[in-house]
Amino acid sequence: MSKDIKIKRGVDIKLVGGADKVYGEVSPSETYVIKPTDFHGVVPKLLVAEGDEVLAGTQLFYSKDDDRIRFTAPVSGEVAEIKRGEKRKILEVKILADKEVRYESFNTGNPAELGKEKVTALMLEAGLWPLVRQRPYDVIANPDATPKAIFISAFDSSPLAPDYDFLMEGREADFQAGIDALNTLTDGQVHLSTRAKSTPAKVFSDAQNVVNHNVSGPHPAGNVGIQIHHVDPINKGEAVWYVNPQDVATIGAFFNTGKYDASKTICVAGSEVNQPRYYKVVSGVQLSAMLNGNLKEGNTRVISGNVLTGSKVSADGYLGYYDHMVTAIPEGDEPELFGWIAPGFNKFSTSRAFWSWLMPGKKYSLDTNMHGEKRAFVVTGQYESVLPMDIYPQQLIKAIMVGDIEAMERLGIYEVSAEDFALCEVVCTSKMELQKTIQEGLDMIKHEMS
Amino acid sequence: MKKLLRNFFDGVKPNFEKGGKFEKLHPALDAFETFVFVPGETTHSGAHVRDGIDLKRTMFFVIIALVPALLFGMYNIGYQHFSQTGEAYTLTSAFLYGAIKVLPMIVVSYGVGLGIEFLFAIIRGHQVNEGYLVSGMLIPLIMPVDLPLWMLAISVVFAVIIGKEVFGGTGMNILNPALTARAFLFFAYPTFMSGNTVWVADASTVDAISGETILGGLAAGKEVLSETAAAGYGSWTPMEAFLGLIPGSVGETSTLAIILGAAFLLWTGIGSWRIMLSGLVGATVMGLIFNAFSVNALMATPWYQHLVIGGFAFGLVFMATDPVSAAQTNKGKWIYGFLVGFFAIMIRVFNPAYPEGIMLAILLMNVFAPLIDHYVVEANVKKRLKRMNTANA
Repeated sequence: MSKDIKIKRGVDIKLVGGADKVYGEVSPSETYVIKPTDFHGVVPKLLVAEGDEVLAGTQLFYSKDDDRIRFTAPVSGEVAEIKRGEKRKILEVKILADKEVRYESFNTGNPAELGKEKVTALMLEAGLWPLVRQRPYDVIANPDATPKAIFISAFDSSPLAPDYDFLMEGREADFQAGIDALNTLTDGQVHLSTRAKSTPAKVFSDAQNVVNHNVSGPHPAGNVGIQIHHVDPINKGEAVWYVNPQDVATIGAFFNTGKYDASKTICVAGSEVNQPRYYKVVSGVQLSAMLNGNLKEGNTRVISGNVLTGSKVSADGYLGYYDHMVTAIPEGDEPELFGWIAPGFNKFSTSRAFWSWLMPGKKYSLDTNMHGEKRAFVVTGQYESVLPMDIYPQQLIKAIMVGDIEAMERLGIYEVSAEDFALCEVVCTSKMELQKTIQEGLDMIKHEMS
Repeated sequence: MKKLLRNFFDGVKPNFEKGGKFEKLHPALDAFETFVFVPGETTHSGAHVRDGIDLKRTMFFVIIALVPALLFGMYNIGYQHFSQTGEAYTLTSAFLYGAIKVLPMIVVSYGVGLGIEFLFAIIRGHQVNEGYLVSGMLIPLIMPVDLPLWMLAISVVFAVIIGKEVFGGTGMNILNPALTARAFLFFAYPTFMSGNTVWVADASTVDAISGETILGGLAAGKEVLSETAAAGYGSWTPMEAFLGLIPGSVGETSTLAIILGAAFLLWTGIGSWRIMLSGLVGATVMGLIFNAFSVNALMATPWYQHLVIGGFAFGLVFMATDPVSAAQTNKGKWIYGFLVGFFAIMIRVFNPAYPEGIMLAILLMNVFAPLIDHYVVEANVKKRLKRMNTANA
């Protein structure tokens, strides 16, 4: 069973520095970090103290709102530091890794036989539950709920994104076991979307017990939120869950082996990377393992994640929990003489106000300059052209700005997440911070509903 | 050059910072500095890369689109003056005559308008917005050439303060500021804004000149537009009307020059093709209806001639498409544009006291644009509610 979804609106931002499909050498990093700030809306309560010995899969902290949601160590070793910020907010739990990873062992089995309750309990205990996220609100799934569907987007359409076919090579068994586990969690179906017009890797085409979708079109076609909107849109009171394919395999491996193995493949890309390629690492890895000696000279922005939604980190920072790529691009902190009037051969724009429209296939080396100043809403129709959803983005943003909960509901807040508005933010002439606004709206509505 | 300018701004900046001598004037310096340098401000939250476009460039591109109309308007002012007074002229002398008439209007418009914008920015401690860059050029282009400069200045004051700043500034206004200026003058000083003495330079002082516009002539029941009309003043061929060699406001006579500007706006993606296209359709529909029931000269004017006379083309391309005062949803733009075109021709034909309909049509639709958007969005909301009801049934 397979369905075609054609996405028309959106835009692919072509950047230089795409990763070659080869694995880079990487020496194991000494320290690993798990950042509670990666989990939106989670207030962490610590279960370990500095100096404690932990195994991969040992619980480190839990969520204050739901003490069943546990977060566990990706590697074994010693808790080296608990880094706090303002108001003693916990920013990082750092683990000094053993040379050889030792694992907690869990009594798992075939998820289909275990059933929903047992699968949920095991995933919660081993710290795998945070891999399952939900819409609305774009937060960790509520273990008590039963979603109407679970979505897996098997491709990433964001700039410089890793090729999931390559990432998932050889993980067929784990991926299938993960799907089986997810199937126990929902009464509905598990949806798997692959990029149309390409032959998906065996791991995806051979997957059983899923509904396949072929999605074509520019970014954000790969965003799971867009796919949900087109396949099974969320209404008030409903929930849909989603999991990244690599995380599905991690869940599957857990049920196959009884271990929480947090290894993943990531890609390191961007114009400022000497050798953009793929690396096999463990979640929470220190980026210097891949970036030392691999960055060009100059003022560089290192991003854990992609250029649209990732978070700014330092070159010796750590990989974010949900990230599968690291991007390095130049900082654009130089004022540009008459930049607003210059022909702009090297400026990316969805308007044709720059000469760069003459080169449609051109790959850009974009920097982090805002290219202008924040202004009131003036230009209209821009967001609509890059958001392939049947909602009115500008009206929704305005409803959030004035805190009108009812209007937000009516305009479709339950269906969106910040990442869906990333492109709107890129193209915005008035340089609005749309992702931040959407996140505030989601927080507001979640607060109101609970 | 870059270094010199950088050093200059870095040098004077401390005086304008908090605690400096000219602290209050900071928005003014900021406006100049950001004019010269796009700030080195980088992204902090959200997307790390941004589109190269900003409001300055957007506004600047609209001004570029206005250049053909502006240059042609300068020439036409000289052409109308010399051809009607019977004096000898060359292309250059006609152009220079017009330029001398128009440039002071532009200087006054920008001088007064930007002065008020800076003042408001300083009072509010805001940055100076780019909104007036376009309005400042539009206003002189939609005025009669003989308008006294002090009236122009007053209309600018009215447009910027009542048309825009009272609503909160650029992006918040309900009515198109440039049209607000024109409407203000039309009602405050009607003798300077209509009739047969204001559209050709110095028409009031030279007897022989027939300074009325085609629309004025049509409203008075004269036959002013015909294929063979080359004989005598006060009569034009449709081709002359299309090229713009007719009396009218400074920049609005040449449909050809306006089409050039429109093409530029559409190509760059800055002007709304939906509004322009549906406006054209709306005007055509209304024109055809009138043609079907033609009882007077205006009603009998062939529908396609309506598109090239008066300010219709200029209004549709440069005023109706103003993103702030137009409908903001894509569906709404279709409806809005259609009604602008439809009402423009209707007002033109039904209102003999004021034969130019596009201005009132746009202002009217400016007022209704939020309502149109409301119903468009509401339809979307209903769809979502319906989906929810079926899903939970």
